[in-house]
Amino acid sequence: MKARTLAPILTVVVGALLVVVALGPVYWMMAASLKTDNQIFAIPPVWLFHPTFEHYRHVLADLGMASALAHSAFVGIATTALAIVLGVPAGYAIARFRFRGRRDVWFWFISNYMMIPVILVIPYFLIARNLHLINSPLMLILAYQTFAVPLVVWLTADQFGAIPKALDEAAKIDGAGELGIFFRIMVPLAVPGIAVAAILSLIFSWNELLYAMILTPSDETRTAPVTALSFLGGYSIPWGDLMAAGSLIVLPVIVFAVLVSRYLVRGLTLGAVK
Amino acid sequence: MLAEQQRAQPALSLPVSKRERRQRLTPWLFLFPGIGVLLAVGIYPVIYALWASVHKVDLVNLAAGTPFDGAQNYFSAFLNSLFTGAVARSLLFLAISLPLELALGMLIALYLHGTVLPRVRSVVRVVLVIPMAMTPVVVGLIGSLVFNNQFGLVNYLIGFGHMQSVDWLGNSQLAYLTTLALQVWQWTPFVTLILVASLATVPPEIEEALRLETKSWLKRLRYVQLPFLLPGITAALIFQTAYIVKLFDMVYTLTGGGPGVSTELVSIYIERNAFRAFDIGTAAAQSVILLVITIVLSNLYIRFFYVEAEA
Repeated sequence: MKARTLAPILTVVVGALLVVVALGPVYWMMAASLKTDNQIFAIPPVWLFHPTFEHYRHVLADLGMASALAHSAFVGIATTALAIVLGVPAGYAIARFRFRGRRDVWFWFISNYMMIPVILVIPYFLIARNLHLINSPLMLILAYQTFAVPLVVWLTADQFGAIPKALDEAAKIDGAGELGIFFRIMVPLAVPGIAVAAILSLIFSWNELLYAMILTPSDETRTAPVTALSFLGGYSIPWGDLMAAGSLIVLPVIVFAVLVSRYLVRGLTLGAVK
Repeated sequence: MLAEQQRAQPALSLPVSKRERRQRLTPWLFLFPGIGVLLAVGIYPVIYALWASVHKVDLVNLAAGTPFDGAQNYFSAFLNSLFTGAVARSLLFLAISLPLELALGMLIALYLHGTVLPRVRSVVRVVLVIPMAMTPVVVGLIGSLVFNNQFGLVNYLIGFGHMQSVDWLGNSQLAYLTTLALQVWQWTPFVTLILVASLATVPPEIEEALRLETKSWLKRLRYVQLPFLLPGITAALIFQTAYIVKLFDMVYTLTGGGPGVSTELVSIYIERNAFRAFDIGTAAAQSVILLVITIVLSNLYIRFFYVEAEA
């Protein structure tokens, strides 16, 4: 009887502890971004305060964070759009056709995902330098295909594979061509998988630092994480501004991550874990 | 197959074989754009890196040309104590963080699996997604805020309200530990969620039968749940190993590899060697060595853990 009343309480306590440990640091950053500098440095720490949006105004208007966020968004959206154009047909072919080397092709697409960025970034830099593409978002968008395309191929192959075979046979009897079947029947049915792949690809390219730091380093072209990092370069660290920049970067990620929370682990492991 | 059809319909042999050939071509037409771009951005750069790893490539002095250098870059990579030190730091980082993540992840997963309140489980599962989706740069920023030695929350909490002055990021050993702590904070949820998913694959009737058989949760774990957990554990190990080999953003933001070289993990060292010391050839050789290490480790995991799972 006693154990039975204790168990739910204990469950709630442990659960609350996990939530605090997981979200506490994130909350503390966001709280700091809304404090004055004196409140950030205060000992003991300030728990209750009047929020100020001064740091947000400052980083967005004066420190280039607004354009950096726009660059990040552009690179993320362009990366994702290109990965969908390249990856959806490939996922379709792997799921719906039987041809020699099919498994090898699938495995090859997936294995690109495991690539180590620091091995690729050196040649990317040399190539971009030769082609005068340093600071062009094009190189960055292409570099991001190494993880975005495998993601789209894997998720859409999964989705296309679940569509009954009878459907395209019926369409073929009705005289539809291969392209007609693909665009008018298959793609609409795969939209949920494409949407999940798109969100994951947006998150991963939004979060990336190494390629962005090397390929788009200038003040005018850099992405949000590179810009936030640049605040650390001065004599004294502008803590409030830094935390405001961090919060701005991470807010959309949190929204998207919660949206696809069921798929995030599967996305990170490309389906190795169901 | 082609020959058979031609024999069956001799009169139509030409058009059929044409259609047949077109049909065999169709999947490759769908595959072609993706394969083409990945060859260009994934395979070609690796070949380029392999080329650079056996040539002398000095970014500051490119006018001197890039002469063939044999295995010289590989020799200097291995003889360079900064590189071997960085590899050792990364391997130690793996050796500490993986068991910690697995142990913590297992405890949390068992708690979530056995919880009497399903609603708590679904809330915690969603919350756990947030750390691992977080931008690593921002994780580094949060670390530098909460571990700050003058006003950081951590120093306040460990002193129970009296500010301690532990210089987490100024001391070599402590900076390494702080980096580890942030890694474990961000990625234990990943291991946890993998293990929760694996635990859900244990057939409930088997679990129920064993619950009657023994009260020891450790025995249940060892003899019933572990076989179902092994594929998940293997996946967690492979992906976390790959992640730690790649680990750059968070550490670069938090410590920049310092103080000294105390948190200079292998990816950070290679980046510095290539883009700050401009020794592209050696850096390329080092990144090739890194690739080999990753492949070897992944194969070891698969062999070791899958054999265990089959036994």
